[in-house]
Amino acid sequence: MASTQGVPPAYNNAVIRWIDKRLPIFTFMHHEYGVFPTPRNFNYWWSFGGIAMVMLITMIATGIVLAMNYTPHVSYAFNSVERIMRDVPQGWLIRYMHMNGASFFFIAVFIHIFRGMYYGSYKNPRELLWILGVVILLLMMATAFMGYVLPWGQMSFWGATVITNLFSAIPVFGQDIVTFLWGGFSVDNPTLNRFFSLHYLLPFVIVGVVVLHIAAMHVAGSNNPIGIDPKGPQDTLPFSPYYVTKDGFAVVIFLMIYAAFVFFAPDFFGEPDNYIPANPLQTPAHIVPEWYFLPFYAILRSIPDKLGGVIAMFGSIGVLFLLPWLDTARVRSSRFRPIYKWFFWVFVLNALVLGWVGGNAADAELAIGSMHIPLLWIGRLCTFYYFFHFLILLPILGKIERPLPLPASIAESVLKPAMAR
Amino acid sequence: MRKLIATGAFLLPLLAAPAAIAPALAEGGHGPALLPAKFSFEGPFGTYDRAAAQRGFQIYKDVCAACHSMSLLSYRNLMDLGLSEAAVKGIAADVTVQDVNDKGEQIERPGKPSDHFRKPFPNEAAAAAANGGAAPPDLSLIVKARPDGARYVFSLLQGYVEFDKLSDQEKAAFGLAKDYKLEDGKHFNKYFHPGEQGYKIGMAPPLADGAVTYIDGTKNDLPTMARDVVTFLAWAAEPKMEDRKRTGVRVILFMLIFAGLMYAVKRKVWADAH
Repeated sequence: MASTQGVPPAYNNAVIRWIDKRLPIFTFMHHEYGVFPTPRNFNYWWSFGGIAMVMLITMIATGIVLAMNYTPHVSYAFNSVERIMRDVPQGWLIRYMHMNGASFFFIAVFIHIFRGMYYGSYKNPRELLWILGVVILLLMMATAFMGYVLPWGQMSFWGATVITNLFSAIPVFGQDIVTFLWGGFSVDNPTLNRFFSLHYLLPFVIVGVVVLHIAAMHVAGSNNPIGIDPKGPQDTLPFSPYYVTKDGFAVVIFLMIYAAFVFFAPDFFGEPDNYIPANPLQTPAHIVPEWYFLPFYAILRSIPDKLGGVIAMFGSIGVLFLLPWLDTARVRSSRFRPIYKWFFWVFVLNALVLGWVGGNAADAELAIGSMHIPLLWIGRLCTFYYFFHFLILLPILGKIERPLPLPASIAESVLKPAMAR
Repeated sequence: MRKLIATGAFLLPLLAAPAAIAPALAEGGHGPALLPAKFSFEGPFGTYDRAAAQRGFQIYKDVCAACHSMSLLSYRNLMDLGLSEAAVKGIAADVTVQDVNDKGEQIERPGKPSDHFRKPFPNEAAAAAANGGAAPPDLSLIVKARPDGARYVFSLLQGYVEFDKLSDQEKAAFGLAKDYKLEDGKHFNKYFHPGEQGYKIGMAPPLADGAVTYIDGTKNDLPTMARDVVTFLAWAAEPKMEDRKRTGVRVILFMLIFAGLMYAVKRKVWADAH
């Protein structure tokens, strides 16, 4: 990997010396996490990668314990979760940590992604790093969706029914694919069993891709708030202790907010309907996915055609893979892109509005005075803007925008903070 | 750090905006607002009022249990409400439980604290058949399974209106359709499934002033009884809530100190880098 600067430390412990000579894991850790040269100007938005990692570990640790007490069978799943809540010692804690951990994992990852978009972290030479990140997002979405099915409540069952049915929109093979996914002719015990199996498998696949994601980051080095490469040692700091302490502080603050929800509002992100056992004969009034899917759900619903909606929904993630090439600007950081900077915030707002539309009933209306605006129209407008941002705005903006002058180096921008504004 | 706070201050209203707009949503079928009520178990330090929950159990046992199961609870759980072991044994022994003896014969025996609450009907079909086609829901999780569940159940129990006595004006206020008709065996409840054809509940008014005589002599008017049942049902839905909040206070205090330490360490480490 890139940072092989510095000599391996002389280890005092003979055992460590013996191991390190044969398998240099200590030297590796020293290079990649000890002295690894990291831009000295990170702000706290850079802590969210580490925070996401902490959440991933939390999810796997709590998930393994939950699996010891959970029964993946349509007749027992719901009650086995309630047994965890009532009779398993500290079971309520593990379950609430896992349930809210999913939300906070997504919060961390969404912020991490928006940070990458604002500071142009996906640009040359970090395209592959970005693509691996989008793969992680896709895997997370699949994992979260299947995990939500496991408690086998009403939303679990009907969410699974609605989402798996999307695949029936595929021409010719659609219905066969759905039958294959279900393992039968409706969402039933085989579906629950395979979802449990995959929900246990995919997190480890995520760990694998995270390793690649971090490896790629250690080749290219981190981007930074001003988006210019470090030019020498004066521009960087060793990862330890500088970023270990800075990220450590950020992690504790993030975990504190997470803990506030786990202990004082554990059902805030959940749907009351999921405390009703699954009933295939009774459809809930509103089928709503978990909040982190709402923007994508809004895109799905805004297209009148089923296949078109499915394509748009998957396309909304797919377009992220192309982002490094759609954005034609040479300058990375928004700090030096006076126009894009504003469009970035419009994009964030647009995504939030999409989420809000997705959370409301399909036929809801927004009343402003005597005007009644169907949310469907707002959803359509926002869906259009979502793709407009990536496919039209970014390619053109990169060509016509005149970036502000870049500072000569990171060190200079740190010494003269006014430059960085 | 200052920048982070400034950005946060900018982002927070953005996040809050959808919540602010939500009330402006024009959706049909909104019934009257739930009755305002404060419960002992709300807030970060709230606990279950034991006396109220015990009275609530008495109402469940004497009234609700005739139709509603609570399959997730066992008699032994009642000890968490402060009932003595002897009292719980007595309550359990009052019911008859189907079992199989050593010889494999079907027998009936008195209940034990380890038994689950007795179900009023042998199965869902029997429950539905005996109740006009709709099985009464299990009450173990009812408070968590409805939006604003505690206030909802509290309101529902007090929300019965005699439909025939409603004036046309009142009917219009409920947004009822012109051809609205309350079928036989249905009752009009202000808080149940609002809509043009809504408000129809199969359950007859379960409680009225003086319906149950409390052992401890507490005034047995409808609002008190409704509050007591809700307290019991809230406990039943999440018996570990007090444990959760107590642990939470300790965790947050620990994290605050930890965060302070981390910040001090970070400042010290970074002192030579600025």
